[in-house]
Amino acid sequence: MNEPIRDKESGLSNAERAPKLKLVSQSTYLKEAALKNLFLVCACVAVAGVALIFVFVGWRGWPVFSEIGVGKFLLGKEWLPTEQLFGILPLFVGSLVVTIGALALGTPLAVGTAVFLSEIASHRVRAIVRPAVELLAGVPSVIYGFFGLLVLRPIIAKLTGSLGFGPLTAWIVLAIMIVPTIATLTEDALRSLPPGIREASYAMGATTWQTISRVLLPAAKIGIVDAIILGMGRAIGETMAVLMVVGNAPVFFHGLGQPISTLTSQIVMDMPYAAGMHRTALFGMAIILFLVSMGLVGIVRFIQRLREEQ
Amino acid sequence: MTDTLSQSTSQAAPDVVAEEATVKIRVRDLDFYYDDFNALTGITCDIKAQAVTAFIGPSGCGKSTFLRCFNRMNDLIPGTRVVGTVLLDGQDIYGPDVDPVDLRRRVGMIFQQPNPFPMSIYDNVAYGPRLHGVKKKSDLDDIVKTSLKRANLWKEVKDILDRGGLTLSGGQQQRLCIARVLAVQPDVLLMDEPCSAIDPTSVQKIEDLMAELKSTVTIIIVTHNMQQAARVSDDTAFFLQEVMGEPAHLVEFGRTAEIFTSPKDKRTEDYITGRFG
Repeated sequence: MNEPIRDKESGLSNAERAPKLKLVSQSTYLKEAALKNLFLVCACVAVAGVALIFVFVGWRGWPVFSEIGVGKFLLGKEWLPTEQLFGILPLFVGSLVVTIGALALGTPLAVGTAVFLSEIASHRVRAIVRPAVELLAGVPSVIYGFFGLLVLRPIIAKLTGSLGFGPLTAWIVLAIMIVPTIATLTEDALRSLPPGIREASYAMGATTWQTISRVLLPAAKIGIVDAIILGMGRAIGETMAVLMVVGNAPVFFHGLGQPISTLTSQIVMDMPYAAGMHRTALFGMAIILFLVSMGLVGIVRFIQRLREEQ
Repeated sequence: MTDTLSQSTSQAAPDVVAEEATVKIRVRDLDFYYDDFNALTGITCDIKAQAVTAFIGPSGCGKSTFLRCFNRMNDLIPGTRVVGTVLLDGQDIYGPDVDPVDLRRRVGMIFQQPNPFPMSIYDNVAYGPRLHGVKKKSDLDDIVKTSLKRANLWKEVKDILDRGGLTLSGGQQQRLCIARVLAVQPDVLLMDEPCSAIDPTSVQKIEDLMAELKSTVTIIIVTHNMQQAARVSDDTAFFLQEVMGEPAHLVEFGRTAEIFTSPKDKRTEDYITGRFG
């Protein structure tokens, strides 16, 4: 009864006739393991890079806090390295003024662009405008600097009756630079809204403008704030373009066309020749920049978590 | 086809004069085009006021497209075109000086997927009145309360009006959408498969609601569910696209009771008894 069914010709049982499954070869196993580890190494290099920069900058910049003092460094009103005065408040204010002005100009421009692309433009127009906006993100910042220097500065010099080096020129240059960041992220936020709410709004008798201003923008609010903060990160960290148009005078903001300086541009200006405590103070400024951008990343992560919860 | 139509109408309403007085929407020789494609052709029918009219037919027979002609939602799709006349209370809604925005306030719409706005329950219902200029808080409070009551949702949400509309269940969301539409006091309510994305208990609630609402609002519902059409509607229209790529048309229109028990047209009978579609 228990005799397995045998093929009449070969006399083999079904189990014996079935093709055997191959065993995993040693080389395949090794290749898989090696690749897994390779990717792990890639990830570690990125993390180690950030950690090393932080340790290095912290180590080189720390003495400025211990020797000059946190208060004198952060709140000191004068940056005169030759006199051993290392107060970065004017530079910090400069960075803030430049960033906030750029956001104030760039955000409406970028959100308007995003609304146009996502809600108003026809397919054909979008096919032209969107790549153009994305291209803005790919232009090297030194080119923006040149544009600011050669095109904007003379115009602003005429308008303000000054040399044209100063916050106003920097605002305009930076505003254009942050448009792609804010516009593409805002467009994503608008596109990820539930598709039915546009129809619902139109069916309620709303016009396009009412639908955009009363339903779509409020619904995409969190995504837009997210986009603005990322744009802020870009504006605060931007160095080259700002350096070329801002005038680089480490003094408090005192007029649209009057030279000021920012943390980033001052570091680049001074680094080639700075020595001793001056050099340490530049690293101290780098620590501040590092903390600011970490804070911005933290806010973005927090906002994204809010968005997921919604 | 015209024969079928006049037959059923005259049989359904012996008193023609009284019938005429209660016609809300009159459609004459309507053709609908998506670019060059003729999607609907030769549609003529009268939608009665304060009644529920059901549009039935297989998928792709243009019943939703036809429904969206009544509030000109098709205007939002580039390349669409309507030929023929649609009269709402005697006025041509495709007339050159008609504002589609104003039309949509009088002809509300409920969609297949509940689509509350991502804002509070209160703001959802207050959306329409605010659009049309109601600003006073006490007026808005009244409208929100009345509308939610009419949509049979008030009891469930009266303590959570500031909570997000999207936190409600699917069936509640659909009733919220109904409340949102009722808040602007439309004459006509278009419902595009309002029950196909929600659970059976909620379907029951929405069907009850339709029965309550029809004394004040003319309701037109597109449904794939034959039983639902039989349960909720007074009149039924059967649409069919007989050949792929050819325009769909209105095969039969009449009293629901008659359409479901003794349809005049063989195709209607085949569809209702489940022989195709």
